[in-house]
Amino acid sequence: MSAPAVSQSGAEDIAIDVRHLTKTFDGRAVVRDLSMQVKRGTIYGFLGPNGSGKTTTIRMLCGLLTPDSGTGTCLGYDILTETEKIKSQIGYMTQRFSLYQDLSVRENLEFVGRIYGIEKPAAAARAAIERLGLSGREDQLAGELSGGWKQRLALGACTLPSPQLLLLDEPTAGVDPKARRDFWNEIHALAADGLTVLVSTHYMDEAERCHEIAYIAYGELLARGTVAEVIAASHLTTYTVSSNDSSVLARLTDELSSAPGIDMVAPFGASLHVSGRDKDALEAAVALYRGRKELDWKPSEASLEDVFIDLMSKAKDNFQ
Amino acid sequence: MTKLIPDEAPRRREGRGFWRKVWAVLIKEFIQLKRDRVSFAMIIMIPLLQLLLFGYAINTTPRNLPTAVLLQENNDLTRAILAALQNTRYFKVTELPKTEAAMDRLLASGKVLFAVEIPANFERAVRRGDKPAMLVAADATDPVAAGSAISALGMAVQTALKHERAVPDSVQMPFEIRTHARYNPAGKTELNIVPGLVGTILTMTMLVFTALSVTREIERGTMETLLSMPITPVEIMLGKIIPYVFVGFIQATMIVLLGVFVFGVPILGSIWSLALLSTLFIASNLATGYSFSTVAQNQLQAMQMTLMYFLPNILLSGFMFPFAGMPVWAQWIGEAMPLTHYLRIVRAIMLKGSSISELQYDALALVVLTLVTMTIAVTRFRRTLD
Repeated sequence: MSAPAVSQSGAEDIAIDVRHLTKTFDGRAVVRDLSMQVKRGTIYGFLGPNGSGKTTTIRMLCGLLTPDSGTGTCLGYDILTETEKIKSQIGYMTQRFSLYQDLSVRENLEFVGRIYGIEKPAAAARAAIERLGLSGREDQLAGELSGGWKQRLALGACTLPSPQLLLLDEPTAGVDPKARRDFWNEIHALAADGLTVLVSTHYMDEAERCHEIAYIAYGELLARGTVAEVIAASHLTTYTVSSNDSSVLARLTDELSSAPGIDMVAPFGASLHVSGRDKDALEAAVALYRGRKELDWKPSEASLEDVFIDLMSKAKDNFQ
Repeated sequence: MTKLIPDEAPRRREGRGFWRKVWAVLIKEFIQLKRDRVSFAMIIMIPLLQLLLFGYAINTTPRNLPTAVLLQENNDLTRAILAALQNTRYFKVTELPKTEAAMDRLLASGKVLFAVEIPANFERAVRRGDKPAMLVAADATDPVAAGSAISALGMAVQTALKHERAVPDSVQMPFEIRTHARYNPAGKTELNIVPGLVGTILTMTMLVFTALSVTREIERGTMETLLSMPITPVEIMLGKIIPYVFVGFIQATMIVLLGVFVFGVPILGSIWSLALLSTLFIASNLATGYSFSTVAQNQLQAMQMTLMYFLPNILLSGFMFPFAGMPVWAQWIGEAMPLTHYLRIVRAIMLKGSSISELQYDALALVVLTLVTMTIAVTRFRRTLD
């Protein structure tokens, strides 16, 4: 392995280790100085708003894009010079369905099997159809499947060669909650067996199912760690204020939004989440409203969503 | 709950598996071609239509050529000649002009393609054995038609003279035909066209098929999956080209068979040499189309590039105009095109019975051009989405 041993914990335990990745399209930096490590056997959530550079980063990891600068390894192989080796060990599921629409389910799976050198591609495809619950649809053209089944097929195709690393780009977009839960149960079972999964998503509940998460906005990695670590690192102080009178809350939202020391106000049913980065300033702002009888103030913990919205608005101030 | 990954990982074969991957792409391309009815129809219809249209347009036995006859004398003999002309069915006497000027006008305007002038005192001169001259003016823009019509004319007039007993049977050609071929004095043999069509039809269809192959994958988004898999540009290229070698071969066979059985074109040389060099030519065109596909941004651009390439191929390869007659710079362009070499090969094998060793220059040129375009295609192929 030609890659420098950049991690302390040893290359064996690390599936992805990249440093200072930068990618520019037409003079616009899409990914800036991004470093991240993903341990083997973990489910790593990749979060961030649209156009934040998630897809670009995933494509750099699997050799579909060449970084302008930076180094790194994926499964111990150099992402700049050993992309062919990386490709034979990963499964990449694209954001947009990108199998052959004019091939049937079975033909698509057999094609993948042959490319990866599976000994009996027809048998492997048959087994995959069985496992994925696609029986009865194997001769249907991929283009004629509904969205949920297309997603199922795409997953089946990228897991068919039993890769060591799965790169999933928004795999559950537009999938119903039941299928989403099945998917996550399965991902956890796979990770327990040692498979590493990098999954990008917009959903907060999915982020909370990951072992670790990274939040990326405007091409920059803004936070990473376990969910608890990310929340703690945000240094957000949060209060929940509730009231029985919804009109009171609506008026309060406007007032609090412009109050100094309060950075975020978000309605959640019959209550508001009020957060601030500076604890003292927030306390001072809240103190003015504490006396009002119709309001019930409680200190609470910032949610992951609070943290991300805050990170995003901070990043926006810095970059735009 | 469904399972994504088998409990036991499927076994993979050892090694690079070059041909295995080529095979994977090849099967995929065949299936896709089978599903694409328009392309499938194109494989059969283009050669059929082109061959039949071109083939009948160059029919070697023209019928009913519009003809003007200027009779400077009117007697039994000249009337018999007129009738004999009609009887050949080559000619259809549509005009009887009174003066030479009127006859010339008819020819220039294109109302007639043929004009025959029988001079005054023709009959007397024939009987005296003076060998009088019949003047024939032909619009030779269609040299093939003019050529065979002129020989038919001689026969017809002689028959008429014998029938009228103007001369003893023993006398051959008691007159002379003074031909004046207008507009295109050089005529070329019609047999050139059918073998030439093998080349042009293959150029057109092979280019179109592969010119779209890479851009189609990019436009449909399937390129992203393909590139994320362990497969190299050479494997992709061969997998995409080989199915169409078969397709091209079927087309070539079709055209040659029709040429032989419908148009009576001979195959004097070895059919195996023809098959071998045709396969090489097919591969060369596929490589060219494929390299367009790696350069073009989308399918429309690829089609435009194909058309732009096709035009000089038709004009400068020797298909339409004799290669020897072209200026040197045009000949150099022609030498750089596979079609030029293939036309020489196919005409030489079919019509002259040449062997491969006699054609080694053109065969070698085809090999070189194929390798060059394949190299361009592989180097231009984008391995990443950058």
